[in-house]
Amino acid sequence: MSDKILLLGNGAVARGLYEAGCKFVSSYPGTPSTEITEFAAQYDEIYAEWAPNEKVAFEAAVGASIAGARSFTAMKHVGLNVAADPLFTASYTGVNGGFVIGVADDPAMHSSQNEQDSRHYAIAAKLPMLEPSDSTECLEFTKAAFELSEKFDTPVILRLCTRVAHSQSITALSDRIELPLKEYVKNPQKYIMNPGNAVRRHPVVEQRTFDIAEFAKTSSLNRVEWGDKAIGIIASGASYLYAKEVFGDKASYLKLGIVNPINADMVKDFASKVEELYVIEELDPVIESFCKANGIACHGKDMLPICGEFSQELLKKMLLGEENAVNSYEGNVPVRPPVMCPGCPHRGLFYVLKKLKLTVLGDIGCYTLGGAAPLTALDTTICMGASVSGLHGFNKVRPDSSDKTVAVIGDSTFMHSGMTGLTDIAYNRSVSTVLVLDNHITGMTGHQQNPCTGLTLKNVPVEPIKIEDVCAAVGIKRVRVIDPNDIKETEAAIKEELKVEEPSVIIARRPCALLKKVNYGCKYTVDSDSCKSCRLCMGIGCPAISFKDGKASIDQTLCVGCGLCETMCNFGAIRKVQL
Amino acid sequence: MSTTNIMIAGVGGQGSLLASRVLGALAINKGFDVKVSEVHGMSQRGGSVVTYVRYSEEKVASPVICRGEADFLLCFEQLEAARWIEYLKPDGVLVVNTQKMLPMPVITGAAEYPEGIIDDLKAKGVKVIALDALKLAAEAGSEKAVNIVLIGAFARFCEFSKEEVEACIRSCVPAKFLDINLKAFELGYNA
Repeated sequence: MSDKILLLGNGAVARGLYEAGCKFVSSYPGTPSTEITEFAAQYDEIYAEWAPNEKVAFEAAVGASIAGARSFTAMKHVGLNVAADPLFTASYTGVNGGFVIGVADDPAMHSSQNEQDSRHYAIAAKLPMLEPSDSTECLEFTKAAFELSEKFDTPVILRLCTRVAHSQSITALSDRIELPLKEYVKNPQKYIMNPGNAVRRHPVVEQRTFDIAEFAKTSSLNRVEWGDKAIGIIASGASYLYAKEVFGDKASYLKLGIVNPINADMVKDFASKVEELYVIEELDPVIESFCKANGIACHGKDMLPICGEFSQELLKKMLLGEENAVNSYEGNVPVRPPVMCPGCPHRGLFYVLKKLKLTVLGDIGCYTLGGAAPLTALDTTICMGASVSGLHGFNKVRPDSSDKTVAVIGDSTFMHSGMTGLTDIAYNRSVSTVLVLDNHITGMTGHQQNPCTGLTLKNVPVEPIKIEDVCAAVGIKRVRVIDPNDIKETEAAIKEELKVEEPSVIIARRPCALLKKVNYGCKYTVDSDSCKSCRLCMGIGCPAISFKDGKASIDQTLCVGCGLCETMCNFGAIRKVQL
Repeated sequence: MSTTNIMIAGVGGQGSLLASRVLGALAINKGFDVKVSEVHGMSQRGGSVVTYVRYSEEKVASPVICRGEADFLLCFEQLEAARWIEYLKPDGVLVVNTQKMLPMPVITGAAEYPEGIIDDLKAKGVKVIALDALKLAAEAGSEKAVNIVLIGAFARFCEFSKEEVEACIRSCVPAKFLDINLKAFELGYNA
């Protein structure tokens, strides 16, 4: 058993990269894909990095592939939107060393802003897509993806979903195959996608799709499992597991490992041997539409939802009308939404934004939590970078409210795609004030380094890129740095910058309270005799502060000693205790 | 053998991932097939977090546990027991830390923390093992050892021997925290 271990789906993909001889990994973090790149970085044989965004990461991996190395990039589903530009044209150029794109969808949106289905990208960009169901397949399919990539001269997409990426199952390990770089030979007809060459590459891509569909007919990545033939099920990924859990051998399965392209003859053959056909797939009816377009009758979204995740419970209920007996609790259970951590440096800033009653265009990161009670100081969240560019458009059409409107964006998100929006503000002169929340880390995805932190993914120290220098370089004259835990300074700075008739940036700088280097060395307690029960300290929404017997109380296990609450109290009732 | 389902429910940051790692190692050491499913990202920030551990002599298919399927429900906090109790089989065992952590709607006064959760569940016929794991963890030397205290309480009722569980804790916990965690395990086991 020594070579079999319990491995996270994302860890298994990373192991697959290692075993396949992959040399180059470049990604931007995004739940649920982040750990692939973190695990890959633990192998000395793999160069691995965090790029500023998914487009850059993708193009870096394309470059490494053209140079002859097996290369990889990972992203979440919305990250593929950012990388969509190179995706479609890399399909035309094909590869030199094998090139695999890992994309992790998030059905049920555990940690995402939409529920898009990445399979549409494989179809649109005419690329093969593999979808594993568990960690063993994560490892095997990653290796198979490189084989496929080099055999058919194509980038290959490996699609995961949250339940596959973040589930552990037992996986057998093998050794790495060390591959020399493939020879790089100039080939303008293949790699320069000007119209003349691209016109000649398009038919090559169409022929390739046809060839891979033929390959899919006999590939072991797809398999038929015969059980009772009254019910036939077509499924892939986690949906296959839920179906197995419910139907066991009381059904037959066409388990698709290659979800694009699908071989029509294979599906027709399976369909002809079962009495009733069910397509069980989360999110959009992609396989179902394929079946119907090919004249294959099946059940699908007539019985199962488009929204959210599946489970054995859902399939049992929707397909068999069965429900489990359950225990119950009749009382009201308050929800427990995620909140800013105790000591979070965003808390003071959002308190001020709420106090000033500003319109706040938000972005993607922990500070999205500033929209929740009691801070409720957020108006929009759309995608990475949209706070800054959105603010520009907002202020252009409502110049009279530009003194009441700001954008908030984190350090990592600013480097990802905030600086291009800021360039628009500077170039096209909107009177806009952008707040960059620099907490020295990529927080929400679990503490990844970024160009502003001074460390690489492999923990090599580098010169950090200074946000103030970037702002100055694109032409912002008014740039200032404040401490968001100093509420007075924060309020004064925001008021002042909103008043001026030119673009400005305020960098609110304080490290994330969860960083190991952050140690306040103290905690705070409430002297209940001095507490006047004014509840002012409750306004910052710190999970460590609550009201007990009419007085404020600080949970000593939660308090990290940031001291923000002390500055809120007008009666000196909140006191520091040195540790 | 049918699949054994253990569900862990807690508040983001309480250390449920370590508990699931110990349980996963236990099942692997016995030669079972295992699946462990966890949630990362946004919900970890002080939100309600669940982890599933499933094992069987045969192959485990689904990575998740659904309502009415859990043989054991390990709750790191009282309110989470009320929230997830539907997931426990009618004859399953609830191991619950009596600690209360107020969710933000309670802190802001928008909702009330229900009283008497554990008594209500007992009155409904749920098999409840309730213990003050925070106090026991502090006694062991660190309030962060709540997870291992609960593993200790679980060890009394599971199919694995006390020695087997203890061996897994030794293999999963960093050496410098081992003494505290072994003490926490013992206190939970005897609670």
